Amino acid sequence: MKQWRFEIFNQQGTVDAQSRTILEDIKELGIDSIKNVKTAKVFLVQADFDIDFAKKVCSQLLTDPVCQDYKIGKNSTIENPQDTTVIEVHLKSGVTDPVAQSVTNAIEDMGETVKHVRTARKYILTGQLTKQQTDTICKRILANDCIEDVIIGNSAEPPEPHTEAYKLQINTWPIINLTPTQLVELSKEKDLFLNEREMLTIQDYFKKIKREPTDIELETIAQTWSEHCVHKTLKSSIDMNFDGKNIHFDNLIKETIFAAAKELNKDWCISVFDDNAGVVEFDDESAICFKVETHNHPSALDPYGGAATGIGGVIRDPMGTGLGAKPIANTDVFCFGEPDKKLDEIPKGVLHPKRIMKGVVSGVRDYGNRMGIPTVNGAVYFDDRYIANPLVFCGNVGLMDKDKCFKYQQTGNLIVVVGGRTGRDGIHGATFSSGQMTHEHETIFSHAVQIGNAITEKKTLDVLLQARDAQLYESITDCGAGGLSSAVGEMGEKLGAEVDLEKIPLKYNGLSYTETWISEAQERMVIAVTPEKLDAIMKIFDGEDVEATVIGKFTGDKKLRLKYNNQQVAEIDMDFLHGGVPKFSRKAEWKTKNLPAVNLKPKKNYNDDLLKILSSYNVSSKEWIIRQYDHEVQGGSVIKPLTGIANDGPSDAAVVLPKYNTNKGIAISCGMNPCYGDIDPYHMALSGIDEAIRNLICVGARFDRISLLDNFCWGNCTKPQTLGSLVRAAQACYDGAMAFQAPFISGKDSLNNEFQCDDGTTIAIPTTLLISAMSLVDDINKCITMDLKKPSNLLFIVGQTKNELGGSHYYKVHNQLGSIAPAVNLETAPEIAKRVSQAIQKGLVASCHDCSEGGLAVALAEMAFAADLGIDATLKDLPKANDCTTTDAILFSESNSRYILEIAPENINEFTKLMENIPIAKIATVTETKNLKINNTENQTVIDIALSELKQAWQKNFKW
Amino acid sequence: MAKVKALVLRAAGINCDLETQHALQLAGADADRTHINRIIEQKNLLEDYQIIVFPGGFSYGDDIAAGRILANQITHHLYEPLKKFIDQGKAVLGICNGFQVLVKSGILPALDSQQKNDLVTITENDNGKFDDRWVHLQPGTDKCIFINPNQRIYLPIAHGEGKVVTKDENVLETLKKNGHIAFRYVDENGSQGTWPINPNGSIDSIAGLTDTTGRVLGLMPHPERFIRKTQHPRWTRLNNDNTPDGMSIFNNAVKYIEQNLI
Repeated sequence: MKQWRFEIFNQQGTVDAQSRTILEDIKELGIDSIKNVKTAKVFLVQADFDIDFAKKVCSQLLTDPVCQDYKIGKNSTIENPQDTTVIEVHLKSGVTDPVAQSVTNAIEDMGETVKHVRTARKYILTGQLTKQQTDTICKRILANDCIEDVIIGNSAEPPEPHTEAYKLQINTWPIINLTPTQLVELSKEKDLFLNEREMLTIQDYFKKIKREPTDIELETIAQTWSEHCVHKTLKSSIDMNFDGKNIHFDNLIKETIFAAAKELNKDWCISVFDDNAGVVEFDDESAICFKVETHNHPSALDPYGGAATGIGGVIRDPMGTGLGAKPIANTDVFCFGEPDKKLDEIPKGVLHPKRIMKGVVSGVRDYGNRMGIPTVNGAVYFDDRYIANPLVFCGNVGLMDKDKCFKYQQTGNLIVVVGGRTGRDGIHGATFSSGQMTHEHETIFSHAVQIGNAITEKKTLDVLLQARDAQLYESITDCGAGGLSSAVGEMGEKLGAEVDLEKIPLKYNGLSYTETWISEAQERMVIAVTPEKLDAIMKIFDGEDVEATVIGKFTGDKKLRLKYNNQQVAEIDMDFLHGGVPKFSRKAEWKTKNLPAVNLKPKKNYNDDLLKILSSYNVSSKEWIIRQYDHEVQGGSVIKPLTGIANDGPSDAAVVLPKYNTNKGIAISCGMNPCYGDIDPYHMALSGIDEAIRNLICVGARFDRISLLDNFCWGNCTKPQTLGSLVRAAQACYDGAMAFQAPFISGKDSLNNEFQCDDGTTIAIPTTLLISAMSLVDDINKCITMDLKKPSNLLFIVGQTKNELGGSHYYKVHNQLGSIAPAVNLETAPEIAKRVSQAIQKGLVASCHDCSEGGLAVALAEMAFAADLGIDATLKDLPKANDCTTTDAILFSESNSRYILEIAPENINEFTKLMENIPIAKIATVTETKNLKINNTENQTVIDIALSELKQAWQKNFKW
Repeated sequence: MAKVKALVLRAAGINCDLETQHALQLAGADADRTHINRIIEQKNLLEDYQIIVFPGGFSYGDDIAAGRILANQITHHLYEPLKKFIDQGKAVLGICNGFQVLVKSGILPALDSQQKNDLVTITENDNGKFDDRWVHLQPGTDKCIFINPNQRIYLPIAHGEGKVVTKDENVLETLKKNGHIAFRYVDENGSQGTWPINPNGSIDSIAGLTDTTGRVLGLMPHPERFIRKTQHPRWTRLNNDNTPDGMSIFNNAVKYIEQNLI
């Protein structure tokens, strides 16, 4: 068989954005010697066609006839060999190569068959480089060690992909006679991440059934019991010492976050903390579900692939909720180290924050955009403690019929796997993401990185929705962390399941039965089908080229039985697998911090402070990210992430219309304040809830239909203080949910976000709680945005300003922390939110924005420059606490539950009447002058800046 | 009067089919979403329809280049039925990825009515990035049935590969001379400019092309994303009578078919 090599490169004189970006990235590394970068695509095709057909493949399929050229064979003419470095980047054996698959199909469309296609990228760098510089460029810019091999020079050919057929060999991992120490060693050696007590429990089980476990049995138990899958920490019993007082929880999450939903008992909650996503009512026919996941560890190793599979994975949650929802919106929230960090300040084994950020953003972009799901809401936070543990939160909202919210799998149903094939990618993902990362993780856990292919997922979604509507399956779930092991295990928990592992379709030869079972390869869904509907459902799948395979059945004997070519390799009782994980009791403590108060010297003018806050990474415009995400596909966009006269102001929340021909929308927002957590995790969590709710209220959402989601990202919770801070945050979640009558409907935690550096020091992330919120909009035509609308309208502030500068951005730009984080008054905050919501529903409000990062001054600035209208403000009547006396506190304190509302003069009477007993004040007039002027309580002008200057400061970052 | 029948093509990775169907329905057509495999199996299926729309998305992941694999499929399996469709006086619309497919399969611009795909291409945006933003479009021809020649319209784009390039100056001249340029990116006053007015660096600010018949239109912006007033990015600043510009494309097509083919 012939081995063809095709190289495709751009014609001279065409714009090559990719080469230009690489050249810029090389310069950023401090390497100035490179004058020119050329790129080429390489296709290695194994096929028997002749040279004429090869030319046809090149000219008609692989090359753009207008702006590219091709070469068959190696393009070896290099003008200045001494001055030129040729680098080829090839995917490692087994890594999914979607382009290769498409090329294979396309050549078949042209009338020839091919045996194998591989793709690669070729880079030709002109300019002197040392070997070390070449290595740095490869490692930092061109390739990712986890998934790619680099070949330097023009002579070497990449190795042939080799995968030998697998021959069954059943491995037993004897444990019955091991000592506790040996058990722990075994757990470590096999990357099971199980502790001594768990290993002893497993030992007991196998003693009782009088045999040694196989490898696949231990792996299955480890995966099912992983922190990632069962949330051992949040479910454990906790003895907490809080400021000297003892508090006991039998089950932390049950008594806090779940308890709120249970006690609130809202009739519009359909399925809460029960399925892959939380489900609430939308209208008489439909329900909506929402899930937010993290994909932190994989994104640290391979930012692009990790983030792509993060969004890919969370989309499968609504797809696998009830009988399957249609995904209608994505959300994304990221936490990174500060992007201007010097290279030598980066710990060993860690990628530069800018590279992580670029990779994560493009990973979510390429997957989310390809799925055709609008990314409508998000946030980005920067803190150097995220440098080794970036956080990548991806969320998805789905729409489904109300009568399809539950699953009905039965004994006798067939187990069918649909979508992608299984490969070695993502092995040990669930266990890996449950542990702490070290500087060696990069090499040890490269196989834990999953490789996504959005189009496979999109095709799978298309056919599953058709099968769902034709009622051809009884149950569905996704293969997420834990792969088939987890999906089949959960679905068969009450029934028992038997799987023939050799039937599972593989990407390539050579996977052992265990690898096949625990692989976390992407884009796979598992459904339960009655035998009589099998032909009909397979016809739908075949019709759109989606692979689906019967791999087993649900048995009714409550055992998980796995076979390979008819030989049994595992038999575990479902009761033990799902109920056997030992319950832990943990110690937690929290001592309220007594931090030194900060008093910055009073100034006459705060222009510079405001500009600095606007241009700080957390506050500044994220337009660079937002525009790379399609936020309008599906045609449901009502309030977009960017708004205002130039389409570039920051919206508070997104509003989406899920069903055409109605006016009923959903609003989606988030809130997160890691800075406050350094002072008090309780107030941090409540602030997050208040912020997320404020954002919903600002765009016109209903106050009485708010659902919340929690995502806890914490450090190592075996440390009592770390766990103590988590307990405080969980308590705040309960208190906040009860006060706002807003139940949590779903959540997820990612613990152990700590990194062990090669010098033995540990970097732990700040305690990070993301609150995502969703509510209904009765009539989208009544929605409003945050940009000012009309000169001579008046601006009112609603809510009280307090001296709460702790953790504020004002202190942050002055490198201070402070001592008092913003609190939430649980009695007034809900009432304020409710009244503001009512005012907007009544059409009394022209624009509305909340005071959050940067406080009142930033909120006014944003409302003004988003509209290109001025503000003349006087804060003498500002409702404020007695201790709030300084101008900086008034301008920049981030006190919660505050809204700024623009009211037309004719609506003032009705508005003030509606706000009876709520602290409000008229603080400003909208003007036609193009500046923001703020007078303090003494009527001295403390801020006076042109709108253009404010906007420029806010927009100057991320022009990448 | 019988209803106009429109087919919205589906294929792996196409993702704007539902809203495109909805837009056609609002314009008064019966619209079906049909997978390409069904048409390849049953080529006379197209006979039932008077409008075909190639919607936006990432057909086959835009592997190799945007729209290339689907274009290859059309060239090798559907070129004749499509040619016949056009010759019967029917209408073809390609939006975003659909435009890329029409150009890469040589259905557009079809200079001299020839299927040639080596004169015009659509390639990566000059800035190398996917971009979701709203653009003003100035009609460049008065002989395309989808377009109101005197109406400047405002629509969103969302693409990473939207830069129209011609083989050489002569090809561009032919496009201009023969009225192939359907839309150009302009500012709100109608003047051409650099990014972000011309968001991808297209030659001569080309945003859309039509063929010699004026019944085949391809454009990068998404008319199906502005069919309701609340889709306008500044609808909260506008009064209630802002009309959704995207509907004009669909209304014109349906009206043309009603007047000429039914």
